[in-house]
Amino acid sequence: MVVFEKPKSLTDAEFHYCPGCTHGIIHRLVAEAIDALGIEGRAIGVAPVGCAVMAYNYFACDMVEAAHGRAPAVATGIKRSLPENIVFTYQGDGDLASIGMAETVHAATRNENITVIFVNNAIYGMTGGQMAPTSLPGQVTQTSPYGRDVSVAGYPVKVAELLSSLDGPEFIARVAVNNVKNVKNAKKIIEKAFQNQIDGKGFSLVEVISSCPTNWGMTPDKALAWVEEKMIPYYPLGVFKDKTAEQEEKKA
Amino acid sequence: MTTQILIAGFGGQGILFAGKFLANKGLLEGRQLSWLPSYGPEMRGGTANCSVVLSDEPIGSPIVNKPDVLIVMNLPSLDKYEKAVAPGGSVFVDSTLIERPVAREDVKTYYIPATKLAQQNGIPTLANMILLGKVMRESSFVSFEGIEDAVRSVVSAKHADLYEVNLKAIRLGYEYGA
Amino acid sequence: MGNKVLMKGNEAIAESAIRAGCRHYFGYPITPQTEVAAYMAKRMPKIGGTFLQAESEIAAINMVYGVAATGRRVMTSSSSPGVSLKQEGISYIAGSDLPALIVNVQRGGPGLGGIQPSQSDYFQATKGGGHGDYHLIVLAPSSVQEMADMTALAFDLADRYLMPVMLLADGTIGQMMEPVELPEAREPQFAEKDWAVTGTKGRREHHIVNSLYLVPEQLEQKNFERFERYARIEREEARFESFMMEDAEICVVAFGIAARVSKNAVMAARREGLKVGMIRPITLWPFPSAALAEAAKTVKGFLSVELSMGQMIEDVKLAVSCSRPVSLCRRTGGMIMSPDEVLAKIRETAGGNE
Repeated sequence: MVVFEKPKSLTDAEFHYCPGCTHGIIHRLVAEAIDALGIEGRAIGVAPVGCAVMAYNYFACDMVEAAHGRAPAVATGIKRSLPENIVFTYQGDGDLASIGMAETVHAATRNENITVIFVNNAIYGMTGGQMAPTSLPGQVTQTSPYGRDVSVAGYPVKVAELLSSLDGPEFIARVAVNNVKNVKNAKKIIEKAFQNQIDGKGFSLVEVISSCPTNWGMTPDKALAWVEEKMIPYYPLGVFKDKTAEQEEKKA
Repeated sequence: MTTQILIAGFGGQGILFAGKFLANKGLLEGRQLSWLPSYGPEMRGGTANCSVVLSDEPIGSPIVNKPDVLIVMNLPSLDKYEKAVAPGGSVFVDSTLIERPVAREDVKTYYIPATKLAQQNGIPTLANMILLGKVMRESSFVSFEGIEDAVRSVVSAKHADLYEVNLKAIRLGYEYGA
Repeated sequence: MGNKVLMKGNEAIAESAIRAGCRHYFGYPITPQTEVAAYMAKRMPKIGGTFLQAESEIAAINMVYGVAATGRRVMTSSSSPGVSLKQEGISYIAGSDLPALIVNVQRGGPGLGGIQPSQSDYFQATKGGGHGDYHLIVLAPSSVQEMADMTALAFDLADRYLMPVMLLADGTIGQMMEPVELPEAREPQFAEKDWAVTGTKGRREHHIVNSLYLVPEQLEQKNFERFERYARIEREEARFESFMMEDAEICVVAFGIAARVSKNAVMAARREGLKVGMIRPITLWPFPSAALAEAAKTVKGFLSVELSMGQMIEDVKLAVSCSRPVSLCRRTGGMIMSPDEVLAKIRETAGGNE
């Protein structure tokens, strides 16, 4: 009996991610959600610029490679053209919360019926560890060598909180993948973010707190501990907006 | 034959609308034509002008540099365009709004108190069309016949109630001084 | 004279695009092209199409990229500063070999510039604009009729050669009204394309729309293949209009509104007995170099007439291999030369050769 197999929605291509990077887990969770919902044949993914730039080789569905930060706009075009398909973006923090902030906010406020997987590891990984919009105060990176000084570089962007202040989006949640319990919850939430699109409910974003051992300069297990000790206190987990649930609550 | 017409005044005086009427009239007569508005931050109160070219041949430039017919509804426009009028051309002046006479002696001049006439006849916004009536009386580049169809095509369906008053204004101008 | 209606150039673009089967428009407000967006906003919802006012020019072109990846006809329109913002997306569309229409109703620049007509985006349109090795097919309408015809043509060329096509107009052609006979309406084509992302439906390998090639040998090969296609386009798609060139000794070269003004000047010069003709490039890329090279065999000199400091003149000189003098008549910043100014330059050019 096979108890563990690769999701159908992942190709056989080998991931290029660093040892201990949680992109692999998140790819798997997305693929499992697509498999579980039986939407592989109509899924279209949009890959970002960043560490996940080659996600188009890993997801077995049709894929489009977007310019840096533009994935929500590209996904908007795809979804408007093919409303019956299931369109998702997979983006990092530099991509989504810095250069692509306008595209993110406006896709959310239009309640564009797409699913956004937002991987927040508080650093630019692909380019070698620069300060991200989500780098923590005091965090040492290549471009904040003395630690992020908020009086110069400003404060981290809390994407889930920011977007949940909008009237538009259907569903905004933050999860983490640093331990089994959190991974299991992340799986549930990511599946919901896709189910929402199937149900025509609209923009659903899942912020996934992730780790980057290589650029944080930590071993994988230390990086996971850092997620627990530093990141989650700054970026609390939970569902920040669920319009359908709110409406049902009101009715009840 | 090619006729170059320049209509100029303030935004809000119906300068572009008057040009559209001539363009539509030309279209109905099977002429070649072009209509070119000035554009920009000049919706109301600023200056506006409109170039209309009517011809029996394909039209080269749609920009009227040397008008055969100049229709002016404010003093700045007369000051600006008077010198440009082709020798032997015609200048139509709303004399309610422009007190000075045309200085050029090599052009035909027509003074019509269009704004006053419009007010007296209860159509205060249609001095532009009164001027056009006079233009049609004094020149032959479009015919007076069939003005009903041209008004119908230029008055949008939403403003169908403006059909009669526009016709009234054109006729007023056509009869003025006749 | 057929079934002609009176329309603004910008409106003719929009209606013609719809008739060409385009059902997706993304834009951002900017003068002097806003009528395109306004027309689309009115019509698209009534025919099951998409009109979306994007949050930025950058978002708009990336929405275009998204629809283009699905194999459907799609367009955006803007004016000079907005088209600068779109260059990133245009480069991606070109690099992914996707068809799309980009309209630039030019205004004066650089920077915020002005809002009056200009042709000073010639370099940007014909020499790249965005980063990397690529071309756009660039069409230059000079009448409202051509705005309509070339919009339809642009979609066909984009589909045929799998590349973005630019309609390079200007504020005058966009704002003016002329009688126009609109092209026949065609139904949108939804045929499955072997590259489009439409969902695998579990029946095929996944399609990837992409311009990233980290192995330089592969990227070089991609660019070589693309340029073989470009070479074919240069051979087969160069378009121009020849006016009074039979016995011409002076050849005016002008496109768009500058060609309209020049036509008056050419006719005036003829009345003075000067043997002048005009070659009007209709495609700016590919540039009708062969036609100019042919003219260089018989004319004594060329006069490039442009609403810029002199951009197309470089292509004119290249086309005639500097075998004949090429002079320039230019206005810039939103100013348009009068036929008299062109005529004076024609006289100068003619005099200089005697």
